[in-house]
Amino acid sequence: MAPEPFSPASATLAGLPAKVLFLLIPLVGLAAFAWIIARRLVPLLRAAPDPRLQDVPRRIWLVLKVWLAQWRHPRYLLAGVLHILLFFGFLVLGVRSTQMVVLGFADGFVLPGFSGALGPFYNAAKDIAATVVFLCVAVLAVRRGFFKPARYAVPEKLGKDHTPEAILVLGLIATLMVSEGLFEASLLAATAGQAMPLTLTWAFQQLLSGISIPALATINLVSYTIHDLTFFFFLCLLPFGKHFHVITSLFNVFFMRIRTGNVKPVRHGVSDAQLDELKIFGVKKFEDFTWKHMLDFYSCVDCGRCSDHCPANAVKRPLSPRFISIKARDYAFKRYPIFGKAEGEPENLIGGIFSEDEIWSCTTCGACEEECPIGIEYIDKIVDLRRGMVDDGLVPQSLQKPMSALEKRGNPWGKLEKKRAEWTAGVGDGVEVKLVEKGDTAETLYFVDSITSYDDRMQKIAQATARVLTQAEVDFVVIGKDEKDSGHDVRRFGEEMLFQSLKDQNTEAIQASEAKRIVTNDPHALNALRNDYAGLPPVQHISELIALGLESGKLKLKPLADPSKTYTYHDPCYLGRHNGTYDAPRAAIDGIPGLKRVEMEGHCRDRSFCCGGGGLMLFYEPDEEQRMGVVRVEQARKAGADVIVTACPYCLTNIEDAIKVSGLEGKMEVLDLVELVDGQLQH
Amino acid sequence: MDILVCVKRVPDSAENEISVAAGGADIHRDDLVYSVNEWDNYAVEEAIQITERLGGTVTVVSLGDSEAEEVVRREMAMGAGQGLLLVDGAFTGSDGLGIATILKAAVQKGRYDLILTGAQADDGGGQVGGMLAALLDWPFASLVNRIDVNEGKPLRIGREIEGGAQEVSDIETPCVLSIQTGINEPRYVGIRGIRKVASVEIPVLDATALGVETASVGSAGAKVRRVDYFVPVAGAGAEMLTGSTDELAGKLLDLLKAKGGIK
Repeated sequence: MAPEPFSPASATLAGLPAKVLFLLIPLVGLAAFAWIIARRLVPLLRAAPDPRLQDVPRRIWLVLKVWLAQWRHPRYLLAGVLHILLFFGFLVLGVRSTQMVVLGFADGFVLPGFSGALGPFYNAAKDIAATVVFLCVAVLAVRRGFFKPARYAVPEKLGKDHTPEAILVLGLIATLMVSEGLFEASLLAATAGQAMPLTLTWAFQQLLSGISIPALATINLVSYTIHDLTFFFFLCLLPFGKHFHVITSLFNVFFMRIRTGNVKPVRHGVSDAQLDELKIFGVKKFEDFTWKHMLDFYSCVDCGRCSDHCPANAVKRPLSPRFISIKARDYAFKRYPIFGKAEGEPENLIGGIFSEDEIWSCTTCGACEEECPIGIEYIDKIVDLRRGMVDDGLVPQSLQKPMSALEKRGNPWGKLEKKRAEWTAGVGDGVEVKLVEKGDTAETLYFVDSITSYDDRMQKIAQATARVLTQAEVDFVVIGKDEKDSGHDVRRFGEEMLFQSLKDQNTEAIQASEAKRIVTNDPHALNALRNDYAGLPPVQHISELIALGLESGKLKLKPLADPSKTYTYHDPCYLGRHNGTYDAPRAAIDGIPGLKRVEMEGHCRDRSFCCGGGGLMLFYEPDEEQRMGVVRVEQARKAGADVIVTACPYCLTNIEDAIKVSGLEGKMEVLDLVELVDGQLQH
Repeated sequence: MDILVCVKRVPDSAENEISVAAGGADIHRDDLVYSVNEWDNYAVEEAIQITERLGGTVTVVSLGDSEAEEVVRREMAMGAGQGLLLVDGAFTGSDGLGIATILKAAVQKGRYDLILTGAQADDGGGQVGGMLAALLDWPFASLVNRIDVNEGKPLRIGREIEGGAQEVSDIETPCVLSIQTGINEPRYVGIRGIRKVASVEIPVLDATALGVETASVGSAGAKVRRVDYFVPVAGAGAEMLTGSTDELAGKLLDLLKAKGGIK
């Protein structure tokens, strides 16, 4: 290759070799960057432990899927595709930027492996990448500046709009693309080289053709200097805001949660039996968060997808998951500044950056976590903050009564233990419900849980479940008075010790029954027994049994008496998102001949909209403009459904109320899957 | 300010099905769960809030059998520093005056600036606070729903009176106040809180230690005796409204206006 007519490393600036400056810029830049990152790591080193190195192959798989393949991005098509283009552009251009930096003090530097056949191929690829990135930046700037998607808006009380920050970063990226293009084009123009047609570099080369060599040398030097300065400025700017994710997202995805449905222990490494010895219970101050949760705060891109799908946010409860992250990050940056010491004493987060109502507003439906493109967690943080509030006695009066009743009677209404199995009296002729309290045993244990045991309306689900199990020739037994509330939502409302007590009592009762498997109609009970308890036989939801029964032919369903109605299925959060059971309930419904079922498109399966929450959430009196259930009923109505089928007693309660509140009684109805199937059983 | 709060362990009306036992003088107690009398909980919370603001101590006292310890511990888990149990077989069957007599003896064993009781108990007659004040010859205010403490000055208290109006008074200390619910939002006490105070010693005083004459208290000294318990027969006054939701709302509105419920 002919020697280049000019280069940054051979240029002189004010009589000095330019390479001195171009060596100094990366040295200072990298030193500053290292310092900033070290400072950002300070709170993580003081945080609570959080072991995240188990199952590394699965974590690598998640990095490949969620990070590299950007799996969740296309859920928002335009923004997602633009991000994917930017992301891959950055990956390609990262190599070029590294080469550029070294070119400032080492003429003709080529990264190892890029000197051979890969060289020209890569050169074309990076020119295309730079062009694509430049165009994306233009589209994104217009989108941010003019169209302003609603989910980016920042409510006044939560601080300033983040658009200027976004525009600044887009400007920096554009500057990098343009300066790299000019740098390359000026060299090509001087050496009569060939740029990839229709790329940014190509366009600049056209512009620069016919300009004198010294002028090109100046353009080359200036564009190089701008690129070098911008590159290190950008690098050091990243850890100051939402663009920190450019660095942290890889780690955030690698360390993301690999189980669903479960809740983190109060403190990792402290067993349930040792909980009494803990001095700090839950999260009260910032330093009580785990390091991964702090990394989440750093990584939040402020894209607003979580809040866009948050049912609490949708009905204007004082909770927006996005701002849980943003507020905590702002707090972390203030409390752990880049220069100087941490400011003041750590303060209580509740009453500081978070409010009590904000933290009680969450139904733990998991829509936010399902949506986050980089695996930020919210439920564990909310539960940890609630644990702290419970420990400080900060529990709304509306929740204290049911909690106290759960402690004394094992159910939130304070109903008598001996009446827990009273529903069995109404099960009908030819069906016998065996009871552990009477000394019966069976292969299968039907765990009923509180609401289905005691609530007049929900007892019908228990009775239907008993009939369906009998028809499916399942030998089953119910615990009776020794069954306690599963404590599923007791735990999620932060009352860990009460949960532990309920768990211990149930575990003992279940183990005493000697059952080989557990079945339940309540997804909250399912999730508790499957993901919160340990050492129990496998747990199934009744919909899975029904689907299997239909497949094997043990259950046969007759056609609907009234085929004119349209049905839709509402995915309960704890059956769908938290336990991945989407198809069995649908198969059960579709097993009824003549039934017409529609999907609530955009709001079904893992994007199901929470009914309003179960367990203790039934007792909580939120500050909201509308009930979540009302929104849900409206979604079903829009889909053209007359009948909403669900598979959770809490969903049934909330949707039934919502139909009344919406004035749709008689026009729409809701029923439980088991009731629907029970009504169509062919004996 | 050193505050004594009198608390009582009662069957929790929300978590029990109360039925009258054969004989009629008591209820079935086999299957009952107990808790702190709801009004007392507000009184303890108020005492804790006062001492959190201005310093001082909170002592919780309960009269009863050994099981009363459970409620004293729960209130200590809320933040009361000291507990005190008054237990003696001779106290069983005391009427309101008997209980006030025993409590008076307990008050005179310590030094308190303020005594709080619940306005009433789930199973009580709302009489002990007033009687205790009279026996001590201290001033008394009932149904208190606000307490402002100004050092060196009388307490300024608010009382809710009939019709929702608010009465404000000054009261000299030491005094006895009976506390209405709604004065504050009592904090939650979980199992963890109770376990934290599980090993704190709670002094137990009997009749001898208190210097109470056993003939003046308990069933021996009671001048009020319960003779019957019964559940009133449901009257026939209920009127069932029928119609659509809108019609129902209209009818209800008319009825409420006609009966003076709303203006």
